[in-house]
Amino acid sequence: MCLGIPGQIVEITDAAGHLAKVDVSGVQRTISIRLLAEQQVQAEDWVLVHVGFAMAKIDQREADLTLAAVKHMGEAYTDELEAFQATAIV
Amino acid sequence: MKFVDEFRDPAAARALVGSIRELAQDTHFKFMEVCGGHTHTIYRHGIEHILPPNVELVHGPGCPVCVIPMGRVDDAMWLAEKPNVIFTSFGDMMRVPGSRGSLLEAKARGADVRFVYSPLDSLRIATENPDKHVVFFAVGFETTAPSTAVTLVRAKELGVTNFSVFCNHVTIVPPLKAILDSPDLRLDGFLGPGHVSTVVGNRPYRFVTEVYGKPIVVAGFEPLDILASVHMLLAQIREGRCEVENQYSRVVPEEGNPQALALLAEVFELRPHFEWRGLGFISQSALKLNDRYAEFDAEMRFDMPGIRVADPKACQCGEVLKGVIKPWECKVFGTACTPETPIGTCMVSPEGACAAYYNFGRLHRETALLVGGPPSRG
Repeated sequence: MCLGIPGQIVEITDAAGHLAKVDVSGVQRTISIRLLAEQQVQAEDWVLVHVGFAMAKIDQREADLTLAAVKHMGEAYTDELEAFQATAIV
Repeated sequence: MKFVDEFRDPAAARALVGSIRELAQDTHFKFMEVCGGHTHTIYRHGIEHILPPNVELVHGPGCPVCVIPMGRVDDAMWLAEKPNVIFTSFGDMMRVPGSRGSLLEAKARGADVRFVYSPLDSLRIATENPDKHVVFFAVGFETTAPSTAVTLVRAKELGVTNFSVFCNHVTIVPPLKAILDSPDLRLDGFLGPGHVSTVVGNRPYRFVTEVYGKPIVVAGFEPLDILASVHMLLAQIREGRCEVENQYSRVVPEEGNPQALALLAEVFELRPHFEWRGLGFISQSALKLNDRYAEFDAEMRFDMPGIRVADPKACQCGEVLKGVIKPWECKVFGTACTPETPIGTCMVSPEGACAAYYNFGRLHRETALLVGGPPSRG
């Protein structure tokens, strides 16, 4: 439940509402970037995604590492990715 | 994935383990990892078996699903079974048993229980179902609480009136204090939680060093992160230092996330006390919605029963959560209590010590026993 999965920002879809489309392993959904409002998140940035929120900006190196680590978790990762895909905030 | 190899480099791991052995010498050290994610990495990669036998890792209360007492699950079921309510929850909480079964069973009996990935999903369900009341079952440490805070701020901005939160957010520092005050356990240091610290930063852990004189190292989630952090703890002890160090600085800023902390302060206040599974009541250890957001507080909105239930007698989650016993030392581990039919919370979440050990650790341990490894370690 505390999984943070790295995703890459595809585009800022609603700047006023702090919403962005993010890509995690080829799966895209809308997340909130409000917790990083002062860090000027842009397209192509990597972020750590937790329960539909970007919680930290990370670099490509950390993204690769974390993604490999969570993929290694097997079922927990598939469940998380399914949940990520199955629901929507807008 | 070129960086991954770097963090799984066997030569680097061997060098670290060698250096850990030198620092530890013959002294027995007991370090607690606080975060469920660390527990998962430790069992998944068999880290306990590559450490010298006198450097022991003890699993702490850092899985937010595992620390929710049964009574709160019963309260959640009571809400879920109310007519006209859509009850929404993270998937992990759906299988946690209360005294009358789990939310999944309530759903099978006809309650409108839906799993969501994000609290914002719940808010969307509320706006799409104006004739129903939507409750979000909020659980989690400071990692997750800011997400609930943003959702509540958004609900207020949108003027949503059919949405509330059953708040079970907990904070990381009070259970650490409770464990440090516990007479059952002697610890030499802590691996601090990585993701919680992206929000709270490193400052809240200073009491561990200043008041209790124990070192703490905020750690990442790769196997080498864990080994490097153990090494940093031992180096501190051998050099006579006692500090809050940050091994995971590539993700955790010293000051945490000020925006997230501001949002927590905007929406929540500390509860006078909160019951933790296995640890009992701990004062100021959990969050509730403050007066500005009282209209969104399910506990204010509904006449909730406030059920209190003693943990099942057979279940030793409390001792597992305090690190007093190892998962396999519990009487019902792997027999009456398995991930398919969990009795205790530690067996439900993949980050719970029992589930992590059941899925991965016991295989490592059984192999080690087979080849004559130390029998008492997991």
